[in-house]
Amino acid sequence: MRFTVDGQEVFAATGAEPHHPGRPHITFIHGAGCDHTVWVLFARFFSRNGFNVLVPDLPGHGKSAGSPLTTVEQLAQWVSRFLDAANVQSTLLVGHSLGSLIALEAASRDPQRYTRVVLLGTAVPMIVGEPLLTVARDRNHAAVDMIMQFGHAFASQLGGNPVAGISVMNNNMRVLERGLPVNLYEDLNACHSYQNGIEAARRVKSPVMVVLGDLDRMTPPPAAQALIAALAAPDVRRIPDCGHMLMSEQPEAVHRALVAAAATH
Amino acid sequence: MSSSKYLGFDTLTLHGGQRPDLATGARATPIYQTTSFVFQDTTHAASLFNLGRSGHVYSRISNPTVAVLEERVAALEGGVGGLATASGMAAIHLAITTLMGQGSHIVSSHALYGGTHNLLTYTLPRFGIDTTFVDPRDPAAFRAAIRPETRLLYAETIGNPRGEVLDVPAVAEVAHAQDLPLLLDSTLTTPWLLQPFDHGADLVVHSLTKFIGGHGIAIGGMVVDSGRFDWEKSGRFPTLTEPYAGFENMDFAEDFGPSAFLIRGRREGLRDFGAALSPTNAFHFLQGLETLPLRMQRHVENARRIISFLSDNAAVSHVNSPEIPGHPDHALAQRLLPRGCGSVFSFELQGGREAGRRFIESLQLFSHLANVGDAKSLVIHPASTTHARMGAEALQQAGITEGLVRLSVGLEDAEDLIADLGRALYRSQK
Repeated sequence: MRFTVDGQEVFAATGAEPHHPGRPHITFIHGAGCDHTVWVLFARFFSRNGFNVLVPDLPGHGKSAGSPLTTVEQLAQWVSRFLDAANVQSTLLVGHSLGSLIALEAASRDPQRYTRVVLLGTAVPMIVGEPLLTVARDRNHAAVDMIMQFGHAFASQLGGNPVAGISVMNNNMRVLERGLPVNLYEDLNACHSYQNGIEAARRVKSPVMVVLGDLDRMTPPPAAQALIAALAAPDVRRIPDCGHMLMSEQPEAVHRALVAAAATH
Repeated sequence: MSSSKYLGFDTLTLHGGQRPDLATGARATPIYQTTSFVFQDTTHAASLFNLGRSGHVYSRISNPTVAVLEERVAALEGGVGGLATASGMAAIHLAITTLMGQGSHIVSSHALYGGTHNLLTYTLPRFGIDTTFVDPRDPAAFRAAIRPETRLLYAETIGNPRGEVLDVPAVAEVAHAQDLPLLLDSTLTTPWLLQPFDHGADLVVHSLTKFIGGHGIAIGGMVVDSGRFDWEKSGRFPTLTEPYAGFENMDFAEDFGPSAFLIRGRREGLRDFGAALSPTNAFHFLQGLETLPLRMQRHVENARRIISFLSDNAAVSHVNSPEIPGHPDHALAQRLLPRGCGSVFSFELQGGREAGRRFIESLQLFSHLANVGDAKSLVIHPASTTHARMGAEALQQAGITEGLVRLSVGLEDAEDLIADLGRALYRSQK
């Protein structure tokens, strides 16, 4: 599905199903350097199980035109304008990593629209190390290498993907390689620069689920504790044997968490 | 992969694609010898069918044992994934039919395994896919043969049986300049000798039957995708970039990005052509892979000793191996294949067909059969067997003469192999 936001064409996957009037919406926001393909299983599941699905490529990502936006606040406002363009008044909002900060900020600004929020692989503040920022700014493949090695649990580096025959590591590497020349640095810097997370968490009125990988070294569970403390009674779930790339490392566990979140939506 | 911090090749040959079995804790990969998998409920069933959840449905499409092998080979190649098939030929067929249909065209090296030559020359034209054959040593010939309907450039990393080394970076550059992918048969090199994706190839096929298994007890194949070719930018692959009525109108590139080719290959190719690898054979290949680095090193060492012996023997007029300084591709091989050129090569016997017959029938340790890449040493006479259906012109193009003998050097003591060859060479000249 294609929309126009701020005069630029935006692509959003729908799980390959048309939208049906009266169904609830679920919107997925991808992380740094990624695109809509990281949500493919979940988009296809929910689109066939009672939801209208929207998975936008953020500006300057995937199949969406434009330049990447550089702050979480800009991106949260953009998501609201995107949903205006899609005529979506209320939605379950799911975000991963950078997408989780966007979801948090968006939910703090518009509690009526975001009726429930799921934050995957999140932390506040979401500090990105200077070495990673430096190589990402230089569009150096070392940035992808660092994310590959710190972003995946050891078991995921070995393999054993329940999606038959697909290498989690190498598939994620290719997705990030597409983002490296155009948006990875901008996204990582947006994560690193975001200062408003705790204040945003305090303002969020919608129910929030926080899903963390037990072995996440990019947004380690302890780094999410301040966020969790600032949220009102969040549903916190931890996925064992899982790093930062939750949707590809443990798709079944993420599936169960999202189904639980959607059941109370 | 581009950093030493990634798990190393030898580690991946042992562990790639596998976590200890969740159900039993088994350290070895279990053989899931089952046709099908029980659904949790109807929603789960529907979600598995339409790719809304991960998991297995039916072993023609995917199987947990086979999936470990697919991931392991993909990890060794640096690809986004793999598709295991019932044979190497099935892998080539699946790769081609996933990319194209009637009215399409392939530009291929003429230095091919005879089975591949048959597929491209006789079988695929019946389904509207034509091939132009070119000299693998001439990248410009690949370029000149490309037509508007060309969809693929194809070659073997090392030609069989004359050992032409493909200049992978040069041919990849030709392909990419035309927004076309390069598919390579990397059977004779294995990822231990050459990782074609590092040199620009887009897709790789293997006959697992050969060095990857190494034991000569199972037939199998594999397609691996680098995930780097941009099918949407190319605009020539509607099977990957347009809705497919045969699978819920899926646009594979849109939904799966880098894995589009493999998802289509599994959801159409394995589903409809059905050339699936059995779980037991996948297990056999996993056992083989565990020793691939050790075996390949020994294969190369033994081959080098035998090449040296044959080169000095009066009954041999010529040895075709890029290991030899006089071979036209020796310098290229040193650049692309620093660990060696494998152990399959050929030589020209003095005395033609009759000398060849006496030679082969005098061998005692070398087995006369139609295979390569076994741990045991093998020999064959290509003109009367593997390449028998090629016409005189095609044989000449491929450099196959009546006196040509192909060896696949195994892992026996090199002294025993040399003694066996020495006796047979002596008798061949009687």
